[in-house]
Amino acid sequence: MTPEEREFQQKIDAGIKVEPKDWMPEAYRKTLIRQISQHAHSEIVGQLPEGNWITRAPTLKRKAILLAKVQDEAGHGLYLYGAAETLGIRRDQMIEDLLAGKAKYSSVFNYPTLTWADMGAIGWLVDGAAIINQIPLCRCSYGPYARGMIRICKEENFHQRQGFDIMFTLTRGTPEQKAMAQDALNRWWWPAVMMHGPSDAESKHSAQSLQWKIKLFSNDELRQKFIDQIAPQAEYLGLTIPDPELKWNPERGHYDFGAIDWDEFHNVIRGNGPCNRDRLRTRKEAHEAGAWVREGAAAYARKRAIREAA
Amino acid sequence: MPENEPFEKQPDSLEDRHATDWPLWEIFIRSQNGLAHKHAGSLHAPDAEMALKNARDVYTRRNEGVSIWVVRSSDITASSPGEKEILFEPANNKVYRYPGFYPVPDEVKNL
Ligand SMILES: [Fe+2]
Ligand SMILES: [Fe+2]
Repeated sequence: MTPEEREFQQKIDAGIKVEPKDWMPEAYRKTLIRQISQHAHSEIVGQLPEGNWITRAPTLKRKAILLAKVQDEAGHGLYLYGAAETLGIRRDQMIEDLLAGKAKYSSVFNYPTLTWADMGAIGWLVDGAAIINQIPLCRCSYGPYARGMIRICKEENFHQRQGFDIMFTLTRGTPEQKAMAQDALNRWWWPAVMMHGPSDAESKHSAQSLQWKIKLFSNDELRQKFIDQIAPQAEYLGLTIPDPELKWNPERGHYDFGAIDWDEFHNVIRGNGPCNRDRLRTRKEAHEAGAWVREGAAAYARKRAIREAA
Repeated sequence: MPENEPFEKQPDSLEDRHATDWPLWEIFIRSQNGLAHKHAGSLHAPDAEMALKNARDVYTRRNEGVSIWVVRSSDITASSPGEKEILFEPANNKVYRYPGFYPVPDEVKNL
């Protein structure tokens, strides 16, 4: 460690936040740019599976709620792009990387949303898993990232509750509606469990990120917490989690659970999930279709500035 | 202090600014009357009017504010962390600026 690096680490150990213009190791900057931009992309791409159901929501109330939820996700993406920009990467660059298929986003969004119950399962499980990842990040070492996460976490609780509410309503409905909720849980359970990332034994960047406090708990710790929270909720709903090995372990004080199919996880990350191509194509088309709006707004701003300068 | 430093100088001529490379704006929000505006974050917009509209959608979806300021990031002059000592150290030397510096006899009240 150089003296600068040592001083930097001491500052982090003392709980002092790093702000944009402070000195930081290049690797810290790079790791954070990767982490925050991937997170931002996940928020943006994450709008698509739910956007699929806005026009088909069963009631006007559900439609308004889903619309507000999806709008929040766009906001989350913008807070995070803003935080990443403070580290010296241009927003256009990040968006180009996403559209070119060079950037990663959470692989959970590469699964299709087949029924209305998927809106329930996503809010309850996917946003639920995201909250568990995000709450500790409110205390991470990088100021702008921590501030963005605080804002995001405040909004996520609404997301999870509205999802649970959809599931609750379906499970109290007709046998067909209950079956629909169970089917959604069957399809979303394992992708949600994988959202916390590879197991600790396999996770490459963990040790350094923990030391830098841009990660505060290991993937497996977060996953355990998620499963411990969701299992009793599923029981309350009268739904069965699709894992025959899931069982309360009184000695550990945690739920035991079955083996995770990491081959599937890596396969989806590699681009072979059911919707990878579809998601990127939709994003690209939306970006291109919006070009005239961006150009028009810029032309108007230019014209007005010239008129005002004259 | 602006969180976002502009990384490339704004082009001098208004005409040659790239259509999609919108300038960055810092957003300040007054959460209720009686409180000062506080930095909320930043966003990109082609002009101040659009920055205000976008700020409304991005930062005040849940009654977070009663008033918004938008300031072009490049218009903010900020001190740098390197100047910390020169700027702020003298204040630490002047302990006599704090009331605790002065001894007060136990018998004296209301001082
Ligand atoms: Fe989100
Ligand atoms: Fe969410």
